[in-house]
Amino acid sequence: MDNKTDKNLYTILFAVGMVVVVGGILAFLSTSLSPAITANEKIEKQQNILYALGINNNDGTSAIFIGAKEAPDAFKENVTEQIVLTYKDGEIVQTQTRQEFLDDKENGGFEPYLIDVKKQQTSQKEKGVRQLPLFVGKNKEGKTLYVAPIRGKGLWDAIWGYVAVDEDMVVQGTYFDHKGETPGLGANIKQRYFMDDFYGEKLLTDAGVFKGITVAKGNADPKNERKDDYKVDAIAGATITGDGVTAMIKKDLGLYVPYFQNLKK
Amino acid sequence: MAILSKKDTKLITDPFLDNNPITIQVLGICSALAITAELKASIVMSISVLFVLGVGNVVISLMRNIIPSKIRIIVQLVVVAALVIIVDQVLKAYAYELSKTLSVFVGLIITNCIIMGRFEAFALGNGPWRSFLDGIGNAAGYGFILILVGFVRELFGSGTLLGFPVLGDPIEKSGLYSIGYENNGFMLLSPMALIVVGIIIWVQRSRNASLIED
Repeated sequence: MDNKTDKNLYTILFAVGMVVVVGGILAFLSTSLSPAITANEKIEKQQNILYALGINNNDGTSAIFIGAKEAPDAFKENVTEQIVLTYKDGEIVQTQTRQEFLDDKENGGFEPYLIDVKKQQTSQKEKGVRQLPLFVGKNKEGKTLYVAPIRGKGLWDAIWGYVAVDEDMVVQGTYFDHKGETPGLGANIKQRYFMDDFYGEKLLTDAGVFKGITVAKGNADPKNERKDDYKVDAIAGATITGDGVTAMIKKDLGLYVPYFQNLKK
Repeated sequence: MAILSKKDTKLITDPFLDNNPITIQVLGICSALAITAELKASIVMSISVLFVLGVGNVVISLMRNIIPSKIRIIVQLVVVAALVIIVDQVLKAYAYELSKTLSVFVGLIITNCIIMGRFEAFALGNGPWRSFLDGIGNAAGYGFILILVGFVRELFGSGTLLGFPVLGDPIEKSGLYSIGYENNGFMLLSPMALIVVGIIIWVQRSRNASLIED
């Protein structure tokens, strides 16, 4: 090392220069790529919702979305309505259709499926108010299903998902995803063998009380044949991620119960 | 390999066995424990590290005469973080599916000690071409162990390879499971990765006594 690079002034100038150059490159890249990234994220949300509805390209064992190119058209065709419920202090105070939601200027003019669940959760915590989107669509058999987004915490970072239920709140399809769960363990919540277990599980007791579904260890039902036990089999080595799934189902899906009670009346 | 001199070839081949980053230099153990529960993750991580270490080594090597020695670690961190973010952003824009698979590893690559270790030990004192070879060699040696551990853990832990069941179906009791074989759930947990790495180190050193430290 020659002496020049040991001087304090040089060190400081180098640090400043480096920050400016690297910061500039990253800022430029981020700005120029962000339209493409946002478009990809929109399509992914559509694919997620369609997946929960049962509209996907699944083969024998793996979960495969409908193609990114077909997704926007399939979404328009199969998701017939996007309801937005306004939840306030334990009650649903307003029900808007997609058109009403778009017309309401306070909402920012974006489609209901782009409602940021994380922001709504914060708003619920701070102000007691939350917008709950609910997507109405038909599965391949023509049965009307309701898809609700949920969000929670896994072991390392956020986990989220979409749950499709029928009007009795019996699960008809799920999609789970995560930001950074451990590959091979918690990350497997997005595998077919975990997601498919939820099919046919009930969320309400016969008396109509919301019970949720628990991701349970020692369930002793690996084939998941018992559909009325409010439990699915946990993934070995992924206890905390599984508990996160249990918690987000209980917390977020529970808020929709009044809507379904009204639906039956 | 006629294009590479003998010394250059050694840069690539040495880290594979006698100077393996994981088993000899003991670098990159953290990621070797964390993500080897399945083979696919091991392969993806290996390729990612191959790219970042190869390019990062060249960049650091080109800058080696102008980097102030007092803040060289910070400079290395900035270079590797910037590289990883650039790759992540470009993938998100043009190969979204792939970026979803890789997102987990992005954070792990930045903190991977192999990267910093090779910057510090090699790229700061050698030219770009040799640094590139050193980066590729070390990443390949690292990937080799990662894939080996991933193979063992997925096979014995889940009975699958790359997600395909190879030993039969544990729930339907077909294949090996019909004669009473069970998956070893321990294999899925990080401590078993450490034990598998330990066994590899043991086998390697018992075959080549000169590797044993006093």
